[in-house]
Amino acid sequence: MSAVSPVVASLVNVMKYVDEFRNPQLIRQASDEIRRLADPARHYRIMEVCGGHTHAIYRFALADLLPQNLELVHGPGCPVCVLPMGRIDEGLSLVEEHHAIVTTFGDVMRVPGRHGSPLERKARGADIRMVYSPLDALKVARQEPDRHVVFFAIGFETTAPSTALTLRRARELGVTNFSVFSNHVTIVPAIRAILDSPDMRLDAFIGPGHVSTVIGGRPYAFIARDYRKPVVISGFEPLDLLQSIVMILRQLRDGRSEVENQYNRVVPWDGNLPALRVLADVFELRPYFEWRGLGFISQSALKLRAEYARWDAEARFAMPGVRVTDPKAAQCGEVLKGVLKPHECKLFGTECTPERPVGALMVSSEGACAAYFSYVHRRGQSLAQQTTS
Amino acid sequence: MCLAIPGQIVELAGGGHFATVEVSKVRRTINVDLLEGEPLAEGDWVLIHVGFAMSRISAEYAAEQLRLLAMLGEDRQAMAELDGYRFGDEPRSKISQKLSTTEDMRTPRKDPGEV
Repeated sequence: MSAVSPVVASLVNVMKYVDEFRNPQLIRQASDEIRRLADPARHYRIMEVCGGHTHAIYRFALADLLPQNLELVHGPGCPVCVLPMGRIDEGLSLVEEHHAIVTTFGDVMRVPGRHGSPLERKARGADIRMVYSPLDALKVARQEPDRHVVFFAIGFETTAPSTALTLRRARELGVTNFSVFSNHVTIVPAIRAILDSPDMRLDAFIGPGHVSTVIGGRPYAFIARDYRKPVVISGFEPLDLLQSIVMILRQLRDGRSEVENQYNRVVPWDGNLPALRVLADVFELRPYFEWRGLGFISQSALKLRAEYARWDAEARFAMPGVRVTDPKAAQCGEVLKGVLKPHECKLFGTECTPERPVGALMVSSEGACAAYFSYVHRRGQSLAQQTTS
Repeated sequence: MCLAIPGQIVELAGGGHFATVEVSKVRRTINVDLLEGEPLAEGDWVLIHVGFAMSRISAEYAAEQLRLLAMLGEDRQAMAELDGYRFGDEPRSKISQKLSTTEDMRTPRKDPGEV
């Protein structure tokens, strides 16, 4: 018995997902429009910056609705994926070295460090607690006044204002047994680094959705102006993403490069002013910060301002800045830069799986490897089983 | 990580920092400081991320977003996140003092200088 050919398999899946869509007719129209606009003589490489988009693209098998010469390249917008391993080790060292309680989000709990993930170290007795909100970390500090509680903060501009407001609240309430280990990063310098990288040839960007609710559309203007690449801020529905690709292809056809906002039902052009204000009050840019796979990027991360030094874990505790090289065989860096597809990594699906991740891209549902594994790899396997049984 | 959960405001706490939202019958306290300056009212829908309201959205978009979460297989995770917020459980002495005037509740953030 022969296995289903890839083409048939993908058609079966397209039908399955298209029927699930809220508006299959509009999806088909958008897909047709993309095929009409795409010049067959060209090869298009469009980067979706945001990990949420990556997840949606795989979940809805959107690549199956696109012409062969249009490639979606997965960007760096998955916070745990770009966090260097040394930061995990360093954050967790506060538990042993300073008897602190370390609190963090669920996504971080599973990221491998040199001595295991936070979850594994918790199982070995370390006081590491998962929280759903930075305010919950602050609450732990108020409940445990005799212990020091660190919030291992991570995330792009979507999440950073919440940490900033929590710090402001800690200061107002006079909670001094609380500090933040900031790993907050900003997306725009990473996009610039990608644009400046010699091995990255991209035609356009699908701009992040929820980051843009905070920063608005203006910070992307340099991409259109200086690099002449279209940017379309997109929502997360399949139709949103397809419409954004239509808008990008129209710009490319007309020789335009602009920042457009497909997601204007949520993203205001000016962003969220209270969020931008509290970010500026509490944080300042670090001179540089290391990104996994992308290296050091200047002014790409947030540290606490001097006024908040009392709540800054890096200022309170001696944190030397541990650097750890990634496992040699893992090719997270190449996948992050879009040079390799997830399944082209040597460890993919064998040594590195969502159950036993080696690299962070396999941890979060927003990581390209985890998304690829869940929706392409497993689907292929189950189809193969169906046809051989 | 960047999961945004739609929730409907069922009660605005006095003092303007917190609100109670409901999603699929689960009620939790969230912080609304990022919507400062927006006229919030009970019945409004907001997008929630790590315990904070990020944007005010239409009821229609809230329904779309709930459906999208289900389609992405993230609805359970979203509910677990919402259910996991604990900061609203703390005794909110300062807030309940301010709640003593009902006026505060109805006009949660009207600055005397504003119309």
